[in-house]
Amino acid sequence: MQTENYLIRKSSLEKLFGNLIGNGKIVYAPKAKGNLALFDKVQAFGEITEDYIVTANSAKSVTFPRTEKLFSYHKSKESTEITDAANNTFPDVILWGTRPCDAAAFIPLTETFNGDFQDIIYNKRREKVLILSFSCKRSDEYCFCTSVNSGPGNTAGSDVQFTKLSDGDYLAEVITEKGQLLVKENCNLFEAKPEEDKEPNLAIVATRFNQEEIQAKLQNLFENPVWDDKSRACLGCGSCSYVCPVCSCFDIQDEAHGNKGTRLRCWDSCGYGLFTMHTSGHNPRNTQGGRWRQRILHKFLYMPNKSKVAGCVGCGRCSRSCPADINILDTLTSLQEEKPNE
Amino acid sequence: MSNQNIYIPYLMRIEKITLEAPGVKTFRLKFENEQDAETFSFKAGQFGEYSIMGVGESTFCIASSPTRKEYIECTFRQAGKVTSALALAEEGDIVGFRGPYGNIFPIDEWKGKNLLFIAGGIALPPMRCVIWNALDLRENFKDITIVYGAKSVEDLVYKDELAEWRSRPDVKLVTTVDPGGETPDWKGEVGFVPTILEKTAPSAENTIAIVCGPPIMIKFTFPVLEKLGFMEENIFTTLENRMKCGFGKCGRCNVGEVYVCKDGPVFSYQQLKLLPAEY
Repeated sequence: MQTENYLIRKSSLEKLFGNLIGNGKIVYAPKAKGNLALFDKVQAFGEITEDYIVTANSAKSVTFPRTEKLFSYHKSKESTEITDAANNTFPDVILWGTRPCDAAAFIPLTETFNGDFQDIIYNKRREKVLILSFSCKRSDEYCFCTSVNSGPGNTAGSDVQFTKLSDGDYLAEVITEKGQLLVKENCNLFEAKPEEDKEPNLAIVATRFNQEEIQAKLQNLFENPVWDDKSRACLGCGSCSYVCPVCSCFDIQDEAHGNKGTRLRCWDSCGYGLFTMHTSGHNPRNTQGGRWRQRILHKFLYMPNKSKVAGCVGCGRCSRSCPADINILDTLTSLQEEKPNE
Repeated sequence: MSNQNIYIPYLMRIEKITLEAPGVKTFRLKFENEQDAETFSFKAGQFGEYSIMGVGESTFCIASSPTRKEYIECTFRQAGKVTSALALAEEGDIVGFRGPYGNIFPIDEWKGKNLLFIAGGIALPPMRCVIWNALDLRENFKDITIVYGAKSVEDLVYKDELAEWRSRPDVKLVTTVDPGGETPDWKGEVGFVPTILEKTAPSAENTIAIVCGPPIMIKFTFPVLEKLGFMEENIFTTLENRMKCGFGKCGRCNVGEVYVCKDGPVFSYQQLKLLPAEY
């Protein structure tokens, strides 16, 4: 659909929040916690912070929880009964204050959970999520959204995007039918579109590399010293995967309590040494450099080759959270200097 | 299928357990739900996720032939957490099974050709499926040769079937055990699979070679086949990367552009040469 633009007053934004939470919907929004801003459940408008570049955690857990029940079972002497978790009712969730990068991340994430095999639990959760993103007024040295076909005012993945204008009121861009419905239900809060342009109200994020160029180069860079060089400090802690809004590798584990139990899908990371290890002890990806290469190749070569969308939205969380200060931008920009193998 | 939860396993009852070798068992599994039995079908080369509720899932091929429709069989070595729990299961117990997953051996394209099966140790099961598939359609193929080796005589699996294949005039079976693994009355070969293969292989002319074994065996078998004149597009193998989901989502078996679970597990040597060696 064609984007529709409205104005929403600063005071009306709080009313909108009130209407949503009053409707029994679960709202996740950035909440200050110590020095961090975290995506978390909020009850009151006052709990929401505006003081963040991006939240420390991404919003992916609303559709891809850290631990997801797939089914439960009950074993008796004679039989086994299975209760399908896909029959559960999933909650209506509103993501309030996601950055454009986090909203855009739902595109590759949803792609992964669909295709030939559709993950119904993921899809049921995703259908119930309304994404109200807030464009970026500030960025930091870790941000690189503009290098991966996104940007501080990118509306892809959002249902509605709000941009704070110079007088404190907001431009509301309605991108999807879900967003349209929100406007319809709260029509008294939305006014005719403002005069002011969006662009001057956005952060400036420098373009650090060209994604298509990197993709073409990676085709011939499998054997290259850069992978070991840039990952020497890696502890294999997996924090880059956990904070990444696109990373979707998972493990399947059972949790048993006597005759009953559940089968769970849990976040995992290609950075872990055991991720690819065979029971025999053979490990086809047995160095941390090889795992760092897998992370980069998967996001910047394999995913865009397969579905046109890269597995990275440039939020920079992996670099911010790395305890060994490994910076994905450092690897990607240095790849630009590399000459591909013949 | 899109409205079904892809993680829910079929419930299967263990009808028969065969002890194949020390630590190696074959389960014959029947669907608890008769309707599932009727709608289920698979092809040679495909695999599944077998589970004990409360312990977890483990990946093995379907070791029985798709031409035998009443049941499926799997053969596994007790090695990790799940296989240890499976090994304790008894006839009549219920296990979970998800599948079939993955691609297939292009057996329809092999009509009119000679087939050379080369297997090592616990890797005969993925091949057994395609061997029986070929034997059940015997008139479609010319010479069938099986070269199978294990660490020791006692480690050879499917001993009854080996005897059956040996007695068939339309199969040439070569069995071998690693040096030191032979018993006084062992009548087969002694030596590693690649060496014995070089000695006993049929002509590469109009022949498809199918290789399954531990990574080290595969590594040394490919050069022998090339030396014998096999074209890389006529050599097939299955990759055994660690898997969890079986349908290209969990990320574990990703090698280059492919997911072994979805795009494999069957690959030609020609395809393998294009992949990074992360298997």
